[in-house]
Amino acid sequence: MTEQPILRVRGVSKSYGRRIGCADVDLDVYAGEVVAVVGESGSGKTTLLNCLGGNLEPDAGSIAYRFTGDDWQEFLTLSESRRRLLMRTELGFVRQNPRDGLRLRVTAGANVGERLMAVGARHYGRIREAAVEWLERVEIDAGRIDDFPLAFSGGMQQRLQIARNLVSGPKLVYMDEPTGGLDVSVQARLLDLLRRLADDLGLAAVIVTHDLGVARLLAERMMVMRGGRVVESGLTDQLLDDPQHPYTQLLAASVLTP
Amino acid sequence: MTNPAERVTNPAERVTNPGYNYAYLDEQTKRMVRRALLKAVAVPGYQVPFASREMPLPYGWGTGGIQVTASVIGPDDTLKVIDQGADDTTNAVSIRQFFARVAGVRTTERTAEATLIQTRHRVPETPLREGQILVYQVPLPEPLRKLEPRETETRRMHALSEYGLMSVKLYEDVTRHGRIATSYDYPVMVEERYVMAPSPTPKFDNPKMHRSPALQLFGAGREKRIYAVPPYTRVRSLDFDDYPFEVQEFDTPCALCGSSGVYLDEIITDDQGGKMFVCSDTDFCAQRVAAAGDSQGARDPQGAGGLQ
Amino acid sequence: MNAPALVLEGLSKSFTLHERGGVELRVLDDVSLEVRPGECVVLQGPSGMGKSTLLRLAYGNYKARTGRILVRDGDELVDVASAPPRRVLALRRGTLGYVSQFLRVIPRTSTLEIVAHAARRAGFDAPRAEARARAALSHLALPERLWELPPATFSGGEQQRVNIARTFAADYPILLLDEPTASLDAANAARVLDLVRGARDRGAAILAIFHDRDAAVAVADRFFDLSAARQAV
Repeated sequence: MTEQPILRVRGVSKSYGRRIGCADVDLDVYAGEVVAVVGESGSGKTTLLNCLGGNLEPDAGSIAYRFTGDDWQEFLTLSESRRRLLMRTELGFVRQNPRDGLRLRVTAGANVGERLMAVGARHYGRIREAAVEWLERVEIDAGRIDDFPLAFSGGMQQRLQIARNLVSGPKLVYMDEPTGGLDVSVQARLLDLLRRLADDLGLAAVIVTHDLGVARLLAERMMVMRGGRVVESGLTDQLLDDPQHPYTQLLAASVLTP
Repeated sequence: MTNPAERVTNPAERVTNPGYNYAYLDEQTKRMVRRALLKAVAVPGYQVPFASREMPLPYGWGTGGIQVTASVIGPDDTLKVIDQGADDTTNAVSIRQFFARVAGVRTTERTAEATLIQTRHRVPETPLREGQILVYQVPLPEPLRKLEPRETETRRMHALSEYGLMSVKLYEDVTRHGRIATSYDYPVMVEERYVMAPSPTPKFDNPKMHRSPALQLFGAGREKRIYAVPPYTRVRSLDFDDYPFEVQEFDTPCALCGSSGVYLDEIITDDQGGKMFVCSDTDFCAQRVAAAGDSQGARDPQGAGGLQ
Repeated sequence: MNAPALVLEGLSKSFTLHERGGVELRVLDDVSLEVRPGECVVLQGPSGMGKSTLLRLAYGNYKARTGRILVRDGDELVDVASAPPRRVLALRRGTLGYVSQFLRVIPRTSTLEIVAHAARRAGFDAPRAEARARAALSHLALPERLWELPPATFSGGEQQRVNIARTFAADYPILLLDEPTASLDAANAARVLDLVRGARDRGAAILAIFHDRDAAVAVADRFFDLSAARQAV
């Protein structure tokens, strides 16, 4: 097959002084697929995600994107303005705590519309229409468009954060424990939504999670990290049902219902 | 009303203020402020940090504007100071007297006569001309602050010209009020590069900033920022295509001079709810009244007298 | 005879249990087997012989220790044991169908959507996928009132039928069936066997395990005895 990835990560490393954040990570992500990065706290999965999403500067490695126009762009050598533009248009970053990813002092509609305005949308009516459409897509009653995020439940806030990221039609979204801190029933709804959006939009996602159940349901491919390094990667179900590496075995065996 | 400048008749007297340097600030400080001003003029709309000094009046009374004025003023200048458009408010009178004493300059209430105008809130109705300098006293120089509390982040936004957040503010306005309800400190885009806070002038005056022949300098003492709009610089008020920028319109003309198309203040005239709308620019109003008196006799001498 | 759709060559599988001091469990050793289009091969042998393991290997769910698992995908033969994960995923979308004994689905998704989704992934457009989903669910006599509900609260038999409907709606050319009739009553088991025969007659290559002898006999073209395979080594 000659299919090309949209993200090609090679040898990404990041240390905090002498402590390893992540080391020598390779990863390819293709359009329309969800890849899970799993591991316990301190495994380096969040460090990796922050490097990919431009929140942290890796010490070494390459993060290449292939986006609209088909040309490869090295994320790490792009100018800061170009990088930030990418993060607002073709990329998204969903944070674990929706309060970190939302503007709490402005309404839900403005939260969703911000990315559009950031790239020059200057028609209030059309910005609002897009916001209504996206609220509905993430199953938030359009009647709440003028409410503030703090008036929403945790699950709704997370869905609002997702809408805020997806409104610009990104090709790839990074998600840091998107279902963490939510009740089980709320988690289920979010998982269902994420899966459907990924399917409908052909969206690619890299999801960091410590929850192997989430990884199994959302991601067809998975990467297991420990101590900053990738210990095993491949088909999610194979890694969970027939783990090869001792650490993956331990991880899979520790789950109640993987 | 007495013009303090009239008392200073002998130029030699101008520099005889023992204990203070000319125009109050020491020369080093003035040079520092001037360097910041030059940079501000070179990069229109960009907020230049400066080492704001303690001044003999509280923050919020125009310490930024005074430092700018003190740094550009010279013995040949004629100074006008307005507060809310009026030359006769406490703040305006104090600042005018201050510079009359420490810089020995002539002062005036007439826009046309002034070479240097320090203002809080208003741009004079009388069109400015080349060679004039308008110094704004600015309390809050950062237009993005209310939405983004982190200084590092707002600086980055300016650096990268990322102004989506400004539209978010206008979006919220339309959402809450059905229109862009911001009526003063209305954000402007300077020379299509930096978003700037006119702070706290009414949006009515925004169009006057656009391609003004005068040099416009902004000083924020507490926030330690200086910025500038050089003569003939483009100044565009931000808006939406379907909610375009528009200035306030007043239903009635000025009750004193009959002007329309000027910014009016509401004046309470008695305890029974009586009120009238008059020019906020007292100099402009007085000129109009005087002109009307010359040509056809005073129409409303009583009202004009009341305000004077 | 036509070329085989599924070829297992010298397939071995062992599990290394690192948590138990690296003890190695050998499950399959040097198994070779072919399944041709239009053929249903039923695996036999006592439990613990590795019948389910063999199906899981073929599906890529388990990782082979040695040997090849060649799957025909159009003109290409793909080795599941060594192909990159995304190639295996592509096979699973349109070529390899696998009915396990468990239904694992995203919570809150309706039964009809689960089944139609599989068909869409296999390449059917949305209306045809839904039509195929409805046909499969009807055939398996799953009450229509359940179609809009997520299967989480269904009985074991109902869930199993959703699982089967999903696989048959997608119309894969190769089917791996792990006790598809296990938790079904006689009438429903017969419906499933009906589907299996239908798929085989349309040319599917089928490798299956049945817990009950009658069901096996009803659909098998040939049996493959894993215990014999092991003794033959």
